[in-house]
Amino acid sequence: MTIEVDVRGFSCPIPVVKTKKAIEENPKENVTVLVETEVSRENVSRLAESKGYSVKVEEAGDEFRLTLTPNGN
Amino acid sequence: MSRAISSKKWIILAGVIFGALAALMTVWGNPANMGICVACFIRDITGTIGLHRAGVVQYIRPEIIGLILGAFITSYFFGEFRSKGGSSPVIRFLLGAFVMIGALVFLGCPVRMMLRLAGGDLNGITALVGMIAGVGAGIFFLKKGFNLGRANKKRAANGWMMPVIMVVLLLFAIFQPGFLFNSESGPGAMFAPLGIALVVGLVIGFAAQRTRMCFVGAWRDIFLVRNFHLISGIIAFFIAALVINYAVGNFGAGGIYHWGFADQPVSHTVHLWNFLGMSLVGLAATLLGGCPLRNCILSGEGDTDATMTVFGYIAGAAIAHNFALASSPSGTGTWGPVSVIVGLVFCATIGFLMRERI
Repeated sequence: MTIEVDVRGFSCPIPVVKTKKAIEENPKENVTVLVETEVSRENVSRLAESKGYSVKVEEAGDEFRLTLTPNGN
Repeated sequence: MSRAISSKKWIILAGVIFGALAALMTVWGNPANMGICVACFIRDITGTIGLHRAGVVQYIRPEIIGLILGAFITSYFFGEFRSKGGSSPVIRFLLGAFVMIGALVFLGCPVRMMLRLAGGDLNGITALVGMIAGVGAGIFFLKKGFNLGRANKKRAANGWMMPVIMVVLLLFAIFQPGFLFNSESGPGAMFAPLGIALVVGLVIGFAAQRTRMCFVGAWRDIFLVRNFHLISGIIAFFIAALVINYAVGNFGAGGIYHWGFADQPVSHTVHLWNFLGMSLVGLAATLLGGCPLRNCILSGEGDTDATMTVFGYIAGAAIAHNFALASSPSGTGTWGPVSVIVGLVFCATIGFLMRERI
Protein backbone atom coordinates (compact mmCIF):
# COMPACT_ATOMS: atom_id res chain seq x y z
CA MET A 1 0.00 0.00 0.00
CA THR A 2 1.28 3.48 -0.82
CA ILE A 3 0.25 6.50 1.20
CA GLU A 4 -0.11 9.70 -0.82
CA VAL A 5 0.44 13.15 0.67
CA ASP A 6 -0.53 16.08 -1.53
CA VAL A 7 1.06 19.26 -0.21
CA ARG A 8 1.03 21.22 -3.44
CA GLY A 9 0.48 24.91 -2.74
CA PHE A 10 1.38 24.73 0.94
CA SER A 11 4.29 26.85 2.07
CA CYS A 12 6.98 26.01 4.60
CA PRO A 13 6.77 24.21 7.02
CA ILE A 14 3.41 22.56 6.24
CA PRO A 15 4.79 20.04 3.67
CA VAL A 16 7.26 18.78 6.28
CA VAL A 17 4.62 18.66 9.04
CA LYS A 18 2.19 16.67 6.88
CA THR A 19 4.88 14.30 5.59
CA LYS A 20 6.15 13.70 9.11
CA LYS A 21 2.62 12.87 10.27
CA ALA A 22 2.12 10.44 7.37
CA ILE A 23 5.45 8.73 8.08
CA GLU A 24 4.73 8.40 11.78
CA GLU A 25 1.23 7.06 11.24
CA ASN A 26 2.35 4.57 8.57
CA PRO A 27 5.74 3.23 9.56
CA LYS A 28 7.38 0.86 7.07
CA GLU A 29 5.02 1.99 4.28
CA ASN A 30 6.01 3.71 1.07
CA VAL A 31 4.88 7.32 1.07
CA THR A 32 4.40 9.43 -2.06
CA VAL A 33 4.57 13.17 -1.59
CA LEU A 34 3.45 15.67 -4.21
CA VAL A 35 5.19 19.04 -3.86
CA GLU A 36 5.27 22.13 -6.01
CA THR A 37 8.40 24.00 -5.06
CA GLU A 38 12.11 23.32 -5.01
CA VAL A 39 12.14 24.38 -1.34
CA SER A 40 9.51 21.78 -0.38
CA ARG A 41 11.37 19.13 -2.36
CA GLU A 42 14.55 19.87 -0.40
CA ASN A 43 12.81 20.04 2.97
CA VAL A 44 10.73 16.88 2.55
CA SER A 45 13.78 14.99 1.20
CA ARG A 46 15.88 16.12 4.14
CA LEU A 47 13.19 15.00 6.60
CA ALA A 48 12.73 11.63 4.91
CA GLU A 49 16.46 10.91 4.77
CA SER A 50 16.82 11.78 8.46
CA LYS A 51 13.97 9.36 9.23
CA GLY A 52 15.70 6.51 7.38
CA TYR A 53 13.93 6.66 4.02
CA SER A 54 15.42 6.70 0.58
CA VAL A 55 13.96 9.33 -1.71
CA LYS A 56 13.23 9.06 -5.42
CA VAL A 57 12.34 12.31 -7.18
CA GLU A 58 10.34 12.52 -10.39
CA GLU A 59 9.79 15.89 -11.98
CA ALA A 60 6.46 16.45 -13.70
CA GLY A 61 6.06 19.89 -15.17
CA ASP A 62 6.00 22.37 -12.31
CA GLU A 63 5.69 19.64 -9.71
CA PHE A 64 7.75 16.98 -8.02
CA ARG A 65 6.61 13.51 -7.04
CA LEU A 66 8.74 12.17 -4.19
CA THR A 67 8.61 8.47 -3.43
CA LEU A 68 9.82 7.74 0.07
CA THR A 69 10.85 4.14 0.69
CA PRO A 70 11.86 2.95 4.16
CA ASN A 71 15.44 1.68 4.10
CA GLY A 72 15.60 -2.09 4.52
CA ASN A 73 12.39 -2.74 2.55
CA MET B 1 23.26 22.35 -8.51
CA SER B 2 20.31 22.34 -6.16
CA ARG B 3 21.67 19.42 -4.13
CA ALA B 4 24.93 21.23 -3.58
CA ILE B 5 23.12 24.38 -2.47
CA SER B 6 21.02 22.46 0.03
CA SER B 7 24.08 20.99 1.74
CA LYS B 8 25.18 22.23 5.12
CA LYS B 9 28.47 23.79 4.06
CA TRP B 10 26.71 26.31 1.86
CA ILE B 11 24.37 27.55 4.55
CA ILE B 12 27.34 27.85 6.93
CA LEU B 13 29.22 29.84 4.29
CA ALA B 14 26.16 32.04 3.74
CA GLY B 15 25.87 32.58 7.50
CA VAL B 16 29.52 33.60 7.73
CA ILE B 17 29.21 36.07 4.84
CA PHE B 18 25.96 37.53 6.18
CA GLY B 19 27.25 37.82 9.78
CA ALA B 20 30.53 39.41 8.70
CA LEU B 21 28.82 41.90 6.38
CA ALA B 22 26.20 42.75 9.04
CA ALA B 23 28.93 43.55 11.57
CA LEU B 24 30.95 45.52 9.01
CA MET B 25 27.91 47.63 8.09
CA THR B 26 28.22 49.38 11.47
CA VAL B 27 31.82 50.24 10.58
CA TRP B 28 30.58 51.65 7.28
CA GLY B 29 27.97 53.86 8.94
CA ASN B 30 24.93 51.94 10.13
CA PRO B 31 23.79 52.29 13.78
CA ALA B 32 25.52 50.20 16.46
CA ASN B 33 24.30 46.59 16.68
CA MET B 34 22.09 47.40 13.70
CA GLY B 35 24.30 46.54 10.74
CA ILE B 36 21.29 44.78 9.31
CA CYS B 37 17.87 44.69 10.97
CA VAL B 38 15.07 43.71 8.65
CA ALA B 39 12.35 45.01 10.97
CA CYS B 40 14.13 48.27 11.85
CA PHE B 41 15.01 48.97 8.24
CA ILE B 42 11.47 48.37 6.97
CA ARG B 43 10.35 50.67 9.78
CA ASP B 44 12.82 53.31 8.54
CA ILE B 45 11.45 52.99 5.01
CA THR B 46 7.90 53.29 6.41
CA GLY B 47 9.00 56.56 7.99
CA THR B 48 10.72 57.96 4.93
CA ILE B 49 7.49 57.71 2.94
CA GLY B 50 5.67 59.46 5.77
CA LEU B 51 3.55 56.59 7.03
CA HIS B 52 4.89 57.36 10.50
CA ARG B 53 6.40 60.61 11.73
CA ALA B 54 9.01 59.43 14.23
CA GLY B 55 11.72 61.83 13.09
CA VAL B 56 14.67 59.72 14.27
CA VAL B 57 13.84 56.63 12.21
CA GLN B 58 13.15 57.80 8.65
CA TYR B 59 15.49 56.68 5.87
CA ILE B 60 15.26 54.57 2.71
CA ARG B 61 17.41 51.62 3.65
CA PRO B 62 18.99 50.28 0.44
CA GLU B 63 19.74 46.99 2.23
CA ILE B 64 16.04 46.03 2.08
CA ILE B 65 15.80 47.00 -1.58
CA GLY B 66 18.96 45.00 -2.26
CA LEU B 67 17.87 41.84 -0.52
CA ILE B 68 14.46 41.73 -2.19
CA LEU B 69 15.91 42.53 -5.63
CA GLY B 70 18.77 40.09 -4.95
CA ALA B 71 16.23 37.36 -4.24
CA PHE B 72 14.25 38.37 -7.34
CA ILE B 73 17.27 38.22 -9.67
CA THR B 74 18.56 34.98 -8.12
CA SER B 75 15.20 33.21 -8.22
CA TYR B 76 14.69 34.34 -11.80
CA PHE B 77 18.12 33.13 -12.82
CA PHE B 78 17.67 29.75 -11.12
CA GLY B 79 14.18 29.25 -12.52
CA GLU B 80 12.49 29.50 -9.11
CA PHE B 81 10.53 32.71 -9.66
CA ARG B 82 6.84 31.75 -9.38
CA SER B 83 3.95 34.16 -9.22
CA LYS B 84 1.60 32.67 -6.65
CA GLY B 85 -0.67 33.56 -3.75
CA GLY B 86 -4.03 33.14 -2.10
CA SER B 87 -2.97 31.47 1.15
CA SER B 88 -4.88 33.60 3.69
CA PRO B 89 -3.48 36.98 2.61
CA VAL B 90 -5.52 39.01 5.11
CA ILE B 91 -4.42 36.87 8.05
CA ARG B 92 -0.82 37.02 6.83
CA PHE B 93 -1.06 40.81 6.65
CA LEU B 94 -2.24 41.01 10.28
CA LEU B 95 0.29 38.44 11.52
CA GLY B 96 2.97 40.47 9.73
CA ALA B 97 1.81 43.63 11.51
CA PHE B 98 2.10 41.85 14.87
CA VAL B 99 5.57 40.52 14.02
CA MET B 100 6.64 44.12 13.49
CA ILE B 101 4.95 45.35 16.67
CA GLY B 102 6.63 42.62 18.75
CA ALA B 103 9.99 43.39 17.13
CA LEU B 104 9.63 47.11 17.86
CA VAL B 105 8.80 46.43 21.51
CA PHE B 106 12.07 44.50 21.79
CA LEU B 107 13.85 46.79 19.28
CA GLY B 108 14.94 44.30 16.68
CA CYS B 109 13.95 41.42 14.47
CA PRO B 110 15.49 37.96 14.94
CA VAL B 111 18.48 39.06 12.81
CA ARG B 112 19.21 42.07 14.99
CA MET B 113 18.63 39.99 18.11
CA MET B 114 21.58 37.80 17.08
CA LEU B 115 23.62 40.90 16.18
CA ARG B 116 22.88 42.47 19.55
CA LEU B 117 24.13 39.29 21.21
CA ALA B 118 27.25 39.34 19.03
CA GLY B 119 27.75 42.95 20.16
CA GLY B 120 27.62 42.04 23.86
CA ASP B 121 24.00 43.09 24.48
CA LEU B 122 22.77 40.40 26.86
CA ASN B 123 19.16 41.57 26.50
CA GLY B 124 19.40 39.43 23.40
CA ILE B 125 19.36 36.36 25.66
CA THR B 126 16.06 37.34 27.27
CA ALA B 127 14.68 37.97 23.82
CA LEU B 128 16.03 34.71 22.41
CA VAL B 129 14.46 32.66 25.20
CA GLY B 130 11.21 34.56 24.63
CA MET B 131 11.35 33.94 20.89
CA ILE B 132 11.99 30.22 21.40
CA ALA B 133 8.94 30.12 23.71
CA GLY B 134 6.90 31.74 20.93
CA VAL B 135 8.24 29.27 18.38
CA GLY B 136 7.27 26.46 20.76
CA ALA B 137 3.72 27.80 20.93
CA GLY B 138 3.67 27.98 17.12
CA ILE B 139 4.81 24.35 16.89
CA PHE B 140 1.94 23.39 19.22
CA PHE B 141 -0.51 24.84 16.69
CA LEU B 142 1.34 23.26 13.72
CA LYS B 143 1.04 19.86 15.38
CA LYS B 144 -2.68 20.45 15.93
CA GLY B 145 -3.14 20.85 12.19
CA PHE B 146 -2.70 24.62 11.78
CA ASN B 147 -2.04 25.95 8.32
CA LEU B 148 -2.92 29.01 6.27
CA GLY B 149 -4.20 27.02 3.29
CA ARG B 150 -2.89 26.41 -0.19
CA ALA B 151 -1.57 29.08 -2.51
CA ASN B 152 -2.16 28.79 -6.23
CA LYS B 153 -0.56 30.14 -9.35
CA LYS B 154 -1.23 33.77 -10.20
CA ARG B 155 -0.63 35.73 -13.35
CA ALA B 156 2.94 36.94 -13.58
CA ALA B 157 2.13 40.61 -12.90
CA ASN B 158 1.22 39.77 -9.27
CA GLY B 159 4.66 38.44 -8.51
CA TRP B 160 6.35 41.35 -10.23
CA MET B 161 4.73 43.98 -8.00
CA MET B 162 7.20 43.72 -5.13
CA PRO B 163 10.34 43.90 -7.29
CA VAL B 164 8.81 46.87 -9.14
CA ILE B 165 8.05 48.63 -5.83
CA MET B 166 11.68 48.06 -4.82
CA VAL B 167 12.94 49.58 -8.08
CA VAL B 168 10.74 52.63 -7.43
CA LEU B 169 12.15 52.89 -3.88
CA LEU B 170 15.66 52.61 -5.32
CA LEU B 171 14.92 55.52 -7.67
CA PHE B 172 13.63 57.47 -4.65
CA ALA B 173 16.84 56.64 -2.76
CA ILE B 174 19.00 57.83 -5.66
CA PHE B 175 17.08 60.95 -6.70
CA GLN B 176 15.66 61.92 -3.28
CA PRO B 177 12.39 63.56 -4.33
CA GLY B 178 11.39 66.37 -1.97
CA PHE B 179 8.41 64.62 -0.41
CA LEU B 180 10.57 62.07 1.43
CA PHE B 181 11.24 62.39 5.15
CA ASN B 182 14.85 61.92 6.20
CA SER B 183 16.11 61.75 9.78
CA GLU B 184 18.51 64.49 10.81
CA SER B 185 19.47 62.74 14.05
CA GLY B 186 19.08 59.33 15.68
CA PRO B 187 19.47 55.89 14.09
CA GLY B 188 17.78 57.05 10.87
CA ALA B 189 20.62 59.53 10.31
CA MET B 190 23.26 56.80 10.58
CA PHE B 191 23.74 54.89 7.39
CA ALA B 192 26.33 53.29 5.16
CA PRO B 193 26.83 54.79 1.66
CA LEU B 194 24.02 53.89 -0.73
CA GLY B 195 26.20 51.82 -3.07
CA ILE B 196 27.70 49.70 -0.29
CA ALA B 197 24.32 49.16 1.37
CA LEU B 198 22.71 48.15 -1.92
CA VAL B 199 25.47 45.70 -2.87
CA VAL B 200 25.49 44.16 0.62
CA GLY B 201 21.72 43.76 0.36
CA LEU B 202 22.05 42.10 -3.05
CA VAL B 203 24.70 39.68 -1.77
CA ILE B 204 22.58 38.74 1.25
CA GLY B 205 19.53 38.41 -0.99
CA PHE B 206 21.42 36.01 -3.23
CA ALA B 207 22.80 33.95 -0.33
CA ALA B 208 19.50 33.83 1.56
CA GLN B 209 17.52 32.88 -1.54
CA ARG B 210 19.82 29.98 -2.38
CA THR B 211 20.17 28.62 1.16
CA ARG B 212 16.60 29.40 2.42
CA MET B 213 18.17 30.92 5.53
CA CYS B 214 15.58 31.71 8.21
CA PHE B 215 16.14 33.10 11.71
CA VAL B 216 12.89 31.67 13.09
CA GLY B 217 12.63 28.48 11.03
CA ALA B 218 16.07 27.51 12.33
CA TRP B 219 14.75 27.21 15.89
CA ARG B 220 11.47 25.69 14.75
CA ASP B 221 13.25 22.90 12.87
CA ILE B 222 15.27 21.93 15.95
CA PHE B 223 12.14 21.30 18.00
CA LEU B 224 9.75 20.21 15.26
CA VAL B 225 11.90 17.77 13.29
CA ARG B 226 15.24 17.63 15.19
CA ASN B 227 16.91 19.12 12.16
CA PHE B 228 20.00 21.29 12.57
CA HIS B 229 20.45 22.42 8.98
CA LEU B 230 19.12 25.99 9.25
CA ILE B 231 20.52 26.60 12.74
CA SER B 232 24.05 25.87 11.51
CA GLY B 233 23.75 28.98 9.32
CA ILE B 234 22.54 31.09 12.25
CA ILE B 235 25.38 29.92 14.50
CA ALA B 236 27.85 30.72 11.71
CA PHE B 237 26.22 34.16 11.37
CA PHE B 238 26.61 34.83 15.10
CA ILE B 239 30.24 33.69 15.28
CA ALA B 240 31.21 35.69 12.18
CA ALA B 241 29.60 38.86 13.56
CA LEU B 242 31.29 38.32 16.96
CA VAL B 243 34.71 37.77 15.38
CA ILE B 244 34.39 40.86 13.18
CA ASN B 245 33.24 42.96 16.15
CA TYR B 246 36.38 41.97 18.04
CA ALA B 247 38.62 42.26 14.98
CA VAL B 248 37.62 45.84 14.21
CA GLY B 249 38.05 46.87 17.85
CA ASN B 250 34.40 47.42 18.75
CA PHE B 251 35.01 45.73 22.12
CA GLY B 252 37.51 47.03 24.66
CA ALA B 253 38.72 50.53 25.42
CA GLY B 254 37.13 53.14 23.20
CA GLY B 255 34.92 50.56 21.46
CA ILE B 256 31.18 50.94 21.03
CA TYR B 257 30.35 47.51 22.53
CA HIS B 258 30.62 45.94 25.97
CA TRP B 259 29.12 42.83 27.57
CA GLY B 260 26.11 43.44 29.82
CA PHE B 261 22.47 44.43 29.98
CA ALA B 262 22.67 48.15 30.72
CA ASP B 263 23.58 51.03 28.39
CA GLN B 264 23.49 49.00 25.19
CA PRO B 265 23.00 50.74 21.84
CA VAL B 266 19.35 51.19 20.76
CA SER B 267 18.21 48.82 23.51
CA HIS B 268 16.26 48.84 26.77
CA THR B 269 16.33 46.56 29.81
CA VAL B 270 12.63 45.98 30.46
CA HIS B 271 13.11 42.22 30.55
CA LEU B 272 9.47 41.13 30.65
CA TRP B 273 8.63 42.99 27.45
CA ASN B 274 11.88 42.03 25.72
CA PHE B 275 10.83 38.46 26.45
CA LEU B 276 7.17 38.79 25.47
CA GLY B 277 7.83 41.09 22.49
CA MET B 278 10.03 38.41 20.95
CA SER B 279 7.58 35.68 22.02
CA LEU B 280 5.07 37.45 19.81
CA VAL B 281 7.62 37.56 16.97
CA GLY B 282 8.42 33.85 17.42
CA LEU B 283 4.78 32.80 17.48
CA ALA B 284 3.53 35.01 14.64
CA ALA B 285 6.56 34.21 12.47
CA THR B 286 6.14 30.47 13.04
CA LEU B 287 2.50 30.72 11.96
CA LEU B 288 3.69 32.70 8.91
CA GLY B 289 6.33 30.09 8.13
CA GLY B 290 9.32 32.41 8.35
CA CYS B 291 11.11 35.39 9.84
CA PRO B 292 11.07 38.90 8.29
CA LEU B 293 14.23 38.15 6.30
CA ARG B 294 12.69 35.00 4.81
CA ASN B 295 9.43 36.73 3.94
CA CYS B 296 11.32 39.55 2.20
CA ILE B 297 13.22 36.94 0.18
CA LEU B 298 10.00 35.10 -0.75
CA SER B 299 8.32 38.38 -1.71
CA GLY B 300 11.10 38.79 -4.28
CA GLU B 301 10.46 35.29 -5.64
CA GLY B 302 6.90 36.07 -6.74
CA ASP B 303 5.19 34.87 -3.55
CA THR B 304 2.41 37.43 -3.10
CA ASP B 305 1.46 35.95 0.29
CA ALA B 306 4.93 36.94 1.49
CA THR B 307 4.39 40.33 -0.16
CA MET B 308 1.21 40.76 1.90
CA THR B 309 3.23 39.84 4.98
CA VAL B 310 5.80 42.53 4.15
CA PHE B 311 2.96 45.04 3.67
CA GLY B 312 1.80 43.91 7.11
CA TYR B 313 5.25 44.75 8.52
CA ILE B 314 4.91 48.24 7.04
CA ALA B 315 1.46 48.66 8.58
CA GLY B 316 2.75 47.37 11.91
CA ALA B 317 5.66 49.82 11.83
CA ALA B 318 3.32 52.72 11.05
CA ILE B 319 0.98 51.73 13.90
CA ALA B 320 3.86 51.15 16.31
CA HIS B 321 5.38 54.61 15.79
CA ASN B 322 2.17 56.60 15.30
CA PHE B 323 0.51 55.34 18.46
CA ALA B 324 3.38 54.96 20.96
CA LEU B 325 3.67 51.16 20.77
CA ALA B 326 7.36 51.11 19.89
CA SER B 327 9.99 51.06 22.60
CA SER B 328 12.89 53.48 22.85
CA PRO B 329 16.19 53.23 24.74
CA SER B 330 14.34 54.69 27.77
CA GLY B 331 11.89 51.76 27.87
CA THR B 332 8.62 50.51 26.46
CA GLY B 333 6.12 52.79 24.75
CA THR B 334 2.80 53.63 26.42
CA TRP B 335 0.83 51.09 24.43
CA GLY B 336 3.64 48.57 23.75
CA PRO B 337 2.81 46.03 26.47
CA VAL B 338 -0.93 45.95 25.80
CA SER B 339 -0.35 45.61 22.05
CA VAL B 340 1.92 42.61 22.64
CA ILE B 341 -0.82 40.95 24.73
CA VAL B 342 -3.38 41.71 22.01
CA GLY B 343 -0.96 40.22 19.47
CA LEU B 344 -0.44 37.03 21.46
CA VAL B 345 -4.21 36.60 21.88
CA PHE B 346 -4.71 37.24 18.16
CA CYS B 347 -2.07 34.65 17.22
CA ALA B 348 -3.51 32.05 19.60
CA THR B 349 -6.99 32.66 18.20
CA ILE B 350 -5.77 32.29 14.62
CA GLY B 351 -3.79 29.21 15.68
CA PHE B 352 -6.97 27.56 16.94
CA LEU B 353 -9.30 28.77 14.18
CA MET B 354 -7.06 27.80 11.28
CA ARG B 355 -6.79 24.12 12.20
CA GLU B 356 -7.49 21.67 9.46
CA ARG B 357 -9.79 18.85 10.47
CA ILE B 358 -7.78 15.74 9.75
